[in-house]
Formats: sequence, C-alpha cells, structure tokens
Amino acid sequence: MGIPSRGAPLARRLAVKIAEFSGVEVPTGTLDVTLYRDDLRRGPTRPLETTSLPEGGIDDRLVVLVDDVLFSGRTIRAALDALRDHGRPRAVQLAVLVDRGHRELPIRADYVGKNVPTSRTEDVAVLLDEFDGRDGVVLK
Amino acid sequence: MRPLLLKGVRPYGEGDPVDVLIRDGVIAEIGSVTADDVEVVEGSGAVLLPGFVDLHTHLREPGREDTETIETGSKAAALGGYTAVFAMANTDPIADNAVIVEHVRRRGVEVGLVDVHPVGAVTVGLKGEKLAELGTMAKSAANVRVFSDDGHCVHDPLIMRRALEYSKALDVVIAQHAEEPRLTVGAQAHEGEQAARLGLQGWPAAAEESIVARDCLLALHAEAKLHICHVSTTGTADVLKWAKARGTNVSAEVTPHHLLLTDDRLSTYDPVNKVNPPLRTGTDVQALRQALADGVIDCVATDHAPHAVQDKDCEWAAARPGMLGLQTALSVVVETMVKTGLLDWRGVARVMSERPAEIAGLPDHGRPIEVGEPANLVLVDPDATWTVRGAELASVAGNTPFEGMELPGVVTATLLRGRVTAGRIPA
Amino acid sequence: MKHLLSTEDLDRAAATSILDTADNLKRALLGREVRKLPTLRGRTVITLFYENSTRTRVSFEIAGKWMSADVINVSAGGSSVSKGESLRDTALTLAAAGADCVIVRHPASGAAHRLAGWLSAAGTSVVNAGDGMHEHPTQALLDAATLRERLGSIEGRRIAIVGDVLHSRVVRSNVHLLAALGADVVLVAPPTLLPVGVQNWPVTVSHELDAELPSLDAVMLLRVQAERMHGGFFPSAREYSIAYGLNENRLGLMPEHAVVLHPGPMLRGMEIASAVADSPRAAITDQVRNGVHLRMAVLYHLLAHEEENS
Repeated sequence: MGIPSRGAPLARRLAVKIAEFSGVEVPTGTLDVTLYRDDLRRGPTRPLETTSLPEGGIDDRLVVLVDDVLFSGRTIRAALDALRDHGRPRAVQLAVLVDRGHRELPIRADYVGKNVPTSRTEDVAVLLDEFDGRDGVVLK
Repeated sequence: MRPLLLKGVRPYGEGDPVDVLIRDGVIAEIGSVTADDVEVVEGSGAVLLPGFVDLHTHLREPGREDTETIETGSKAAALGGYTAVFAMANTDPIADNAVIVEHVRRRGVEVGLVDVHPVGAVTVGLKGEKLAELGTMAKSAANVRVFSDDGHCVHDPLIMRRALEYSKALDVVIAQHAEEPRLTVGAQAHEGEQAARLGLQGWPAAAEESIVARDCLLALHAEAKLHICHVSTTGTADVLKWAKARGTNVSAEVTPHHLLLTDDRLSTYDPVNKVNPPLRTGTDVQALRQALADGVIDCVATDHAPHAVQDKDCEWAAARPGMLGLQTALSVVVETMVKTGLLDWRGVARVMSERPAEIAGLPDHGRPIEVGEPANLVLVDPDATWTVRGAELASVAGNTPFEGMELPGVVTATLLRGRVTAGRIPA
Repeated sequence: MKHLLSTEDLDRAAATSILDTADNLKRALLGREVRKLPTLRGRTVITLFYENSTRTRVSFEIAGKWMSADVINVSAGGSSVSKGESLRDTALTLAAAGADCVIVRHPASGAAHRLAGWLSAAGTSVVNAGDGMHEHPTQALLDAATLRERLGSIEGRRIAIVGDVLHSRVVRSNVHLLAALGADVVLVAPPTLLPVGVQNWPVTVSHELDAELPSLDAVMLLRVQAERMHGGFFPSAREYSIAYGLNENRLGLMPEHAVVLHPGPMLRGMEIASAVADSPRAAITDQVRNGVHLRMAVLYHLLAHEEENS
C-alpha cells in the first residue's frame, strides 16, 4: 500500500517488479494518512489524497507500506494508525526508496532502496516519472 | 456680561472680514469697530452664520438618560453650532401632555446652552389612535410649536386629517414620520440590491412616498401646515416638488446621514448604520442633495438619536435604529453641499438656520446678521478639518456612523443671545 | 479559512477544495466499521442554535464526532440564552470556556458575521449554519456536492431553484456558489416571492416552471413556510402547488438525467409530490448523507490547520 503522493506509484511499480521476478500478482492500494497526522496544525491546509484498499481488504494479510522518503517516522506512525481503522493485517512491513535518517520515533524500514546520510537542513526530493516527468533523487 | 467683539469675521462667508460687536445679547455694530472693555475674539476670517436650528433631535430625557440627557445633548448641540433644537416626543414617559413638555422646556432653560423646544406627540402614547391634547401643550409654558409622533407614522388617514385641521387653530406644524406601516413590517434596510443580497427585510421607498403624497393632499385639502421628517428618497423629493407647485403648505427636512451615506455600508452588518428611514442608494443621495439645493427640501435636521452600546453592538435585527448627528451635521453639509458647489454659505444659513426657524415659528433664531438682531450666531472655520471620534463627542452615547472620517468645517464658537455656549473663547 | 460565513466569500478554487475534501472523506469512510477519524481530537466545537433544526444540528454534530472533536450542543431553549443574555455575551462566554469553533443558527441575518467579529480576538472559528434570510453556506455546499456526484460536473449545467426565493437563505448561498462553479441558474417563483434587486443576481428569473423544465439538469425545490401561505404572498396553497409544485407530470418534462433536490423538511403534496420525492431521480437522502461529509470537510478546513496568516 503506497502512501500518497509518491508512495502510491512506487507501490504499483514494486508490484509490477514482483510479478516480473516471481510471477506473483500482489494486489496494491493507497493509504492516505493526512487525517491521522499529528502535525496538521503546523502547516496550511493539506488537501486529502485517496485511500483505496487492495481487493479483498487487508484483514489477516501481510501489508507492506511504501513511501518515498523515511525521515522522522511520523508519517509511518500516522499510517499505522490509519491502517488500524481499515482492518487487522497479519503483519505490517515498511519499504522506502530513501532512508535519510533523523528518526523521531522508534520506527525502521524493512526494505530500503538506499540509505542516504543527510543533515537536517538538507532536503531530499524523490522525482517520479508519473509526477515529474523523470525519475531521480535530488539532495539539496 | 462684558460686550463681545468678533474681530475679522465674514458674515455668510462673503466679502472682506469685518468686526461684529455684541452687547446685551444683540448685535450692536458691524464694520470696523474699536471699543474698550470688551472681550475680543479673533475671528481670523472665519465664516459667521446665524445659529443653527435643529427641527429633529432626540435628547432621550426623560427615560433613557444612560444614552443622552438634556444637558449632554445641549452641549453636543452647542458644539455643533446649534442655538435651538426641537426635542422629539418619544421619551419615556412620552411627551404627549403638558407636564412632560414643560419639564423638558424647563430642563433646557436650566442647562442654558441651547433653546430646547419640546415637540409634542400628535397622538396619545404615539399610538396613532387618538389625538393628544395639542392645544394644552401649545398653550403650556413649553409653548409647543411642532407636533410629531416621530418614530411612528400617523398612519390612519382620518387621524392625520384631524391633526392637520386641528393644528390650524393653534398655528403649529404637524411633522410627519412618513412610513406606511403595513409596507414596512419587519423592515430592516432599504429595499433594493443590498437588502436582497444581505437577506434583510426591505423598507420600500414607496412606503415613504405614498404617505408623503397622501399627507400633501390632506394638508392642501385642510389648508394646514405640514412638515415631512427625514426625507430619504428620490420619489419623495419628486412628490414634494409637485405638492409645492400646487400650493401645498408643506416643508421638509433631510438628515446629514442621508446626504452622505448609502446602503453600501450595510455589508458589515454593523448596526451603527441602522437608521429609520434606512440609508438609501447613491441615486437617492444625489437627488436629496439636489432637492436641498433647489429648496424642494427646506432644511437639514439631524435626527440625532443616541443609543446605548448594548442596543447597537448586537445583531442587526435586534439593534435600535438611529445615529448621532448634532456635532457632525455642519461638517457633513459642508462636505456634501458646499464642497460640491451645491450651496454657498448663505445657502448653509438658509438650510441650517433660517428655514427651520421659520418652519417652527421661532422669532429669535435664523435672523439676519444685522444690527439690532439677537446674537444667536455660529462661527465656522471653513478650511479646518477634523476626524470624528464617537468617544470624544459630548453625547453620552457614541453611535456615530462617521467614526474615523475626516470631515471639513469646524465650529469655533456658538453664541446664544451673545453668550458663548461652545468654542475656544472664554465665556 | 478562519470562518465560513457566506458562500459569497468562496471563489471556485476554495469551493472546489472543500468539495474535494468532502469527496475524499466520503471515500475514506466508505464501508468502514469504525467511522471515526482522529483529526480533530482535543478540539471543541459548539453548536449554538437559536432556531430549531434537527437536521442541520445533527449533521454538524455527527460530522464533529466522526472527526473526534468534542461537540457540545447549546440551544436557545435550555440555557442562559433563553434568559435574555445577548448574543455577544453568549458568544464571548463560549469562547472563554474554550470553544475552538462555534456553529451558529440564528433568526437575524448577519448574526454569524457579527459573531465572527466578536470572536476574532479569541481565535474562535465561526460557521454560519443559517442566519435569517441571508445564507446557509453548508447547505449550498452539500447541494453542490450532491449535484457533482449525480451529474459529474456543475460547470455549464442548468439548475432551477423553485419557490420562496425572497425569504430563503438556501437560495442566496446557492446562487453565489453555483455561479462560482459555473452553473447556469434560473430562479422560478411568483413575483411576490422574489426580492427587489434580484435582477442584479447572476441568475435568470422565470415565473413559468413548465417552460424551464425541458432544459434543466437539476431542479431544487424550496419549502414553502406556513407563515408565507397566510402572508398574502400567493392566493392559496392549492394555486401555488398547481403553478410551482413538482408532480410526476412535470418530472416527465425534465430530461432523463435531471436530478431533484430539496433542502428539507419537505411539504409533500405542496412543493413536491410524494411520488417525486421518493423517485430515484430525487437526491434528497443523498443530500443528507453528503451533508455529514461536507460538514466534516468544513471543520477540517477550519480547524485542522494553523491560520494561513500566522
């Protein structure tokens, strides 16, 4: 299940790759965590994104959450809360393209594309063809 | 009292500055005056006008002394350049009998800043059902000259006819608050674009115009004297013009706020803009200015209506209608009539002093600035401007719609029978 | 957005953003057992109603509760309000007691505007849940949400609003909002129930319902209140119903896809025939359902974020 916005296409791409490598069709979905964030009041109005559960729901299944960048861990905490309201998975794992460190919560990823050590003042932007016209990771 | 010498003033804003000597409450000399043992007032070219007369003011005493008293209202009037005011009858208790009007008159004399003339109610309790004792009030010590149910319309045509007829024997004037009540049930704002947008129940212009037309016909028929309060619409001005052309003995007043403000101000729902009749459109404002300039509307009257904070700082429908006016009237007239070239200072004297005094039959006010005339005068600095602050006005209440506006024309002194009642000059 | 007082204050982007949020909330809650989102945890929402309205008050209350806000209902009947306390004092009391948002219904037009002014210092948000004959913005927003759902889009759609336009706050809110969203609005009413000044509204006006029906994408019926029937605005309930009531024959004059809306409560047999109200073309229960999501969206836009100017 991809976390919008950029986690959603990443999840779909992962499902395609898994099908290519192993022949297993993995159902995908998206999970918007905006309504579960604990930092909403620190910024301007965030538009809501779509939540769509994979076919057959998530009860008693292994759910892999997919996001582009793992930073403080607060998005993933919100995702775990959101997931709880949608059902009871057998297990939840986390896959991220970039882990840039600086965790504020006891959360770690199960699958990491690349660990990128950063300073807090830097900005890590993941570019995806679906949004940005090209793939890439930009460190500023 | 030492004689007063106004040095370098311009009567009616005309010609070179002259000196005016006032002795024993009367204008004693005009020209180049040298005199000893006089109080000298440097006029610095200020405009000298006859003291203003307000045919329409609410002094709230007795009954609502938390918003205005005859004393505070008199101060406001003097500061606004007035030497005579007519205090409306809708007090509590209502001025529909000799006891109340004599009380008001006496309090006015005690305060002594302005001649306070009580207006008597036309009908008992302002209910529009039964004539009040007009004769008793007219012949009382208060010498009532103007009768009005202001705040309410004498809506029954038969009662109005009788009032007009009866008034002839007393040589008094009936002043009508023209508002057909069946057309204004629940009305909150001028019926038009703004009221429609804001969801405020409409007060149609026709509710005023139909009563004015009816009463003009009745007055002509009865050969009586009619005065129309606070004219607010183009149509009323048209009706008045027609009625006067037919020889009707009708006079009319317009308020300063109807000369300046429009219902565009209602968007905030701030009830400081709530008044009855309501603020109308820009077209009406232009028509009223023109009618005043042309003499179709005779005079300016303030409809000075103080209200307590809790009666204004509330939701629109719950708010009381009315605005302060005594201290801002001249400046609004300068802004809307003088600056626009519609009136010169002689015209200001006409609409603020001479015509209202004549309508009410006041012998000592609105007189020419001539030797031998009573020194009821006002001195105006035409070039100065000031910023209106409700809290700084002399009234107890502060409900001025002109809050924060910079307006032209400052009253520098008001003289009542030669005595300084307001201004920077030592009394 | 600090307050929601009037749809006149909403441009197309702002309105669309609220409608999109409501859409997303609706989908987020679809089929869920636990219809509760933690978003407004710890926020206090007070409904302050000076007029009876089960429908609107309950809708706001459910919206607040589904967002985890603490919702407290104050009605004019059972509080100091009935003892003559001024609206201003009541508002300041509620703000001092810790209200983050006051949802107000009041018989005086502009009451919500006044409330917003008095509460600006306290930082309390105000939602207008109907002020006199002025506006009822959440009703118009939920109408728009329902139209969008049924018709796919609002831009260019022809929508008739039929009935007591003069006294209706629902109409004023709908006229502004539908105009902002690009609809073509026609008001259908007898001249006595149209305000003087309506010619300046971004609408066309008609007195003939039958002439309008064939070109409509939607028709919105307004309740005819009992006091209007006796107020001489039209000769009789029967004549009104004959001229402006939506019956089955009239439904047949409308295109197949056209939708029937009614803000409720309905007067069956008067402005709407029972068979029409219960037909699949009527979206009346959708309106109620969408009302909750829409009001959740409004609370989200008002309360879930810091003020944009801070």
